[in-house]
Amino acid sequence: MNALLLVALALLPATGFAAWFWGRTGRNPSGLAAAGVVAASVFGGLPAIYVLLGGELMPWRFPWPVPGGEFHLETDALTAWFLVPLFLLSACAAVYGAGFWRNGIATRRLGNAWLFYCLLVFAMMLVLLARNALLFLFAWELMALSSFFLVVFEQERATVRRPGWIYLGLSQAGAAFLFALLLILGHKANSMDFTHWAWRGVDSPVLAGVLFALAVLGFGAKAGFVPLHIWLPEAHPAAPSHVSALMSGVLIKTGIYGLIRTLTFLGEPAAWWGGTLLGIGLLTAIFGVTFALAQHDLKRLLAYSSVENIGLMAAGLGLGLLGWCLGEPVVGVLGLAAALLHAFNHTLFKGLLFLGAGSVLHATGSRQFEDLGGLLKPLPWTGALFGLGAVALCGLPPLNGFLSELLLMLTAFGSVLSPENPLAVAGLLTVAVLALVSGLAVATFSKAFGVTFLGEPRKPTTTPQENTGTMRAAMCILAAACVAVGFFGFMLVTPLQRVVAVLSPQFPKLFPASPSPLVWVSGAGVALLVLVAGLAVWRKTLLARRTVDATVTWDCGYARPHPRMQYTASSFAQPLTALFRALLRNRVRLSPPTGILPTAARLATEAPDLCAERLARPLFARLTTRLARWRWLQHGNVQLYVLYIALTLLALLLWKLR
Amino acid sequence: MGWIEFILVLVVLTNLKLLASSRLGASIRVVARQGLILGALPLLAHQDALSLQHVALAAGSGVIKGGVFPWLLFRAVREAELTREVEPYVGYLTSLLAGVGALGAAFWMGTRLPVPVEVVSRWLVPVAMFSILSGLFLIISRKRALNQVLGFLVLENGVFTFGAGVLVETPQLVEVGVLLDVFVGVFVMGIIIFHINREFDHIDTDQLSALKD
Repeated sequence: MNALLLVALALLPATGFAAWFWGRTGRNPSGLAAAGVVAASVFGGLPAIYVLLGGELMPWRFPWPVPGGEFHLETDALTAWFLVPLFLLSACAAVYGAGFWRNGIATRRLGNAWLFYCLLVFAMMLVLLARNALLFLFAWELMALSSFFLVVFEQERATVRRPGWIYLGLSQAGAAFLFALLLILGHKANSMDFTHWAWRGVDSPVLAGVLFALAVLGFGAKAGFVPLHIWLPEAHPAAPSHVSALMSGVLIKTGIYGLIRTLTFLGEPAAWWGGTLLGIGLLTAIFGVTFALAQHDLKRLLAYSSVENIGLMAAGLGLGLLGWCLGEPVVGVLGLAAALLHAFNHTLFKGLLFLGAGSVLHATGSRQFEDLGGLLKPLPWTGALFGLGAVALCGLPPLNGFLSELLLMLTAFGSVLSPENPLAVAGLLTVAVLALVSGLAVATFSKAFGVTFLGEPRKPTTTPQENTGTMRAAMCILAAACVAVGFFGFMLVTPLQRVVAVLSPQFPKLFPASPSPLVWVSGAGVALLVLVAGLAVWRKTLLARRTVDATVTWDCGYARPHPRMQYTASSFAQPLTALFRALLRNRVRLSPPTGILPTAARLATEAPDLCAERLARPLFARLTTRLARWRWLQHGNVQLYVLYIALTLLALLLWKLR
Repeated sequence: MGWIEFILVLVVLTNLKLLASSRLGASIRVVARQGLILGALPLLAHQDALSLQHVALAAGSGVIKGGVFPWLLFRAVREAELTREVEPYVGYLTSLLAGVGALGAAFWMGTRLPVPVEVVSRWLVPVAMFSILSGLFLIISRKRALNQVLGFLVLENGVFTFGAGVLVETPQLVEVGVLLDVFVGVFVMGIIIFHINREFDHIDTDQLSALKD
C-alpha cells in the first residue's frame, strides 16, 4: 500500500514533465496528462481509503541534505480524509480539462499548463503527507506557485494578470505567517519533525495564543477567511474552470487541514480560540453568501459561495473547540466531524458546480448572467448536473450537503442545551446564522440556476453546443459521488471516528451508538425518492390520455413575449440585496420611469467587495506612498544589489565575530 | 612552509593581479591559472592514501576551470565583439588598495573565526575568505557582465579552497555539486551575455537599469 502512494507521488511530476515535453514537440498533451493524473489518483486513492478503513501505514523517512529537513511522509486518518477528495476531484478535473483544452490552443502552452496542473496536485498531496516543517513549507510554496501559474493561464489579458498578482501576494503574505509559526514551533521543540511536536503543547499560554493567531492568519489566507478572502472572487473567475474547481474544491481546504493539524501541536486549546474561530466563521459565512447573492458573474458567485462554505467549516471547528474547552466533549466531536464532513462534501459539489460553469462558459463564451438564459434546452446535461450540485450545496435532502449542515445544526443545538452559558449563547448565535445562511444560499442558487438555465436567452447567440463525452463523464462521476454520500452517509461515520481520534483519543467513543442519526437521514432520503417516483408515475398516468403541448417560455398572457421581459439576475436578487444594503454597500444607478407614458428607464447595480474596497485598497495605497521614499534603493544597478548583499553578509559576520 | 602554503600564496597573488588588471583577456587567463593551481590543492591536502575521488575532483576542477571556462569566456568575448578594456567603477589603484585592506580583514577574521574542523594550514581560512571578498569586490566594482562572471568564479574558488583544505572528510559529492552549479552558472551567463549583447548592442550592466520594474 505504501508503495502505491510512492508511485502516485512519483507519477505526478513525471506526467507533468512528459506533458511539457509533448507540448514542445507540437502534440496535444491533454490526453497523456489526464491519463497520468487519473492513474496517480487511483494509485494514491487506494492507500488513503485503506487507512480510512482502519489500515495502518508505516511512515517513511528519506534523508534530505537540507539542515533540519527530512522527507518524512506519513498517512494518518486526517491526511487520508483530505487525500480521498483530492484524488477524486483531481482525476475528474483532469479528465474534464482534457476535453476542455482539446483544440485551438497552442500545444506549447498546454504543455506548460499541464505541467503546473500535475505539480499542483503533487504539491497538495505533499502538503497533506509532510511531517517535516521544511518539507511542508516547500510543498506549500510549490502549491502556491503552481496554482498561480495556472490562474494566469490566459496571461495576455490584463483581467487575468491582476487577479494573479493579488493571489500571489496574499498567498505569500499568508506563507510568511506560516514560516513564523513553524519556525517558532521548531525552535521550541528543537526539531523540525511534526511527530516531535504532537501534543507536546507550548508551556506558556500567551505563546500558544500567538501561535494560534499565526495559524489562523496563515492558513486563513489560503482558506479564505474574511477579510483575507479577497483573492478568491478574483482568482477563481480568472482561472480555467477545471483549475477553479480544483482550487475551490481542494486547495482552499488545505488551509482547514493545516489549522486542524496545528491544533495537534498546540496542546490543550483555550476557550477563546474556539470563540475567535466561531466568530470568524460566522462572519465569513454571512459575508460570503450575501456577496454571492449580489454577483453578476457565475464564477464569481461560486467563489463567494466557497467563502461561505469555508465560513461554515470554520464555525463548526470553532464551536467544536469551544465545546471541548467548556467540558462538552460531545459538542466538540460533533463540531469537528461537521467541519470535516463539510470539507469533504464541499469538494464534491463545488467541483461539480465549477465544471458546470466551465461548460456554460465553453458553450456560450460568457459568464455574465445578463448574457445567459434558457440554457437548459440546448445544454440538458450541464443544466441537470449543475442543478444537482446547486441542490447539494444548498444543503437540501437527500444530497450530501444536507448531511454536513445537519451535523453542524446538531452541534449548535447540542451547545444550546449545555449548562455552560457562553457555549449556549454561541450555539444560539450559530443556529440563527446557520438558518439565515442556508436560506440565502437557496436564494443565491435559485438565482444562479434560474437565470442561467431557465427562461429565454438574454442575448441572441448561435446555438450553444453541449459538452462532449469526457467532460460530461467527469461531471457525472462527481454528481454520483454527491448522491452516494447523501444516501450512504452513515458509512462515513466509522472513518470519521478514526479521523477525530487524531485530535483526541477519547473522541471516537463519544459518537452516538448505532443506528446513528445518519441512518435515519438515509431512510428519509429513500422515502423521498419513492415519493417523487410515485408522483412522477401518477403524473404520467394522469397525462396519459391528454395531449401535451410545448409552447414559448414566458407565454403567460403576453401578446408578444420578449427575452427582456424576464427577471434579470439583479432584479431577482433585488429584494434581498436591498435588505442587506448595510453590509453589501452595493452601488445602484437607477433612472426610474417617469411620467404617465415613460420612455427609457435604467438600472445598474454593482457589488464590489467590501473588504477589497474599504480595507485592502486604502491600506495598500498608504503603504505605496509610505514606501515610495525608499524607492531609490531599487535603481536597477546589479552591482549595487550585490553590494547590498555583500554588506549584509559582512555586517552579520563581523557582528558574530565581534 | 610546504607546498600548500605556496599554493595559497599564489592564490593571494592572482587575486591581487586580478584587482589591478585592466585587460579582459588577461583577467580570464589569470582566473584560469588560479583554477588550475587550486586543482592541485585536494591532492596535497589529503591525509591518508590518495583516493580515486581526490584525483577525479582535482582533474575535473582543473579541466573545467582551466580549460572549459576560459574557452567559453573567450568565445563570449569574441561573439559579443567586446573591446579589451575592463571598464571599472573603481580605479585599479583603489581596487588594489581595497584588496590589501580585504586581505588584512580576512587575516583578522581568520584569527577570530571559530573553525569547528581541523584545517591543513593556518592560512587556509584567511585566504579562502580573501578570495570570497575579492570575488564580491570584482562583481561590485566592474561594469562588464563578463567581469561579473569572473568575480563569481573567484568567489567560488574561495569556497573551493576552504572545502579542499579541510582535513575532515567533506562529502566529495558536495564539491562536485558546487562545481556543477558553477559550470551551469557560467554556461548560462555566457549565453545571456550573448543575448543581451545582441539585444542592446552592449553588455554594460549599468545601462540595463531601465529593466528594473
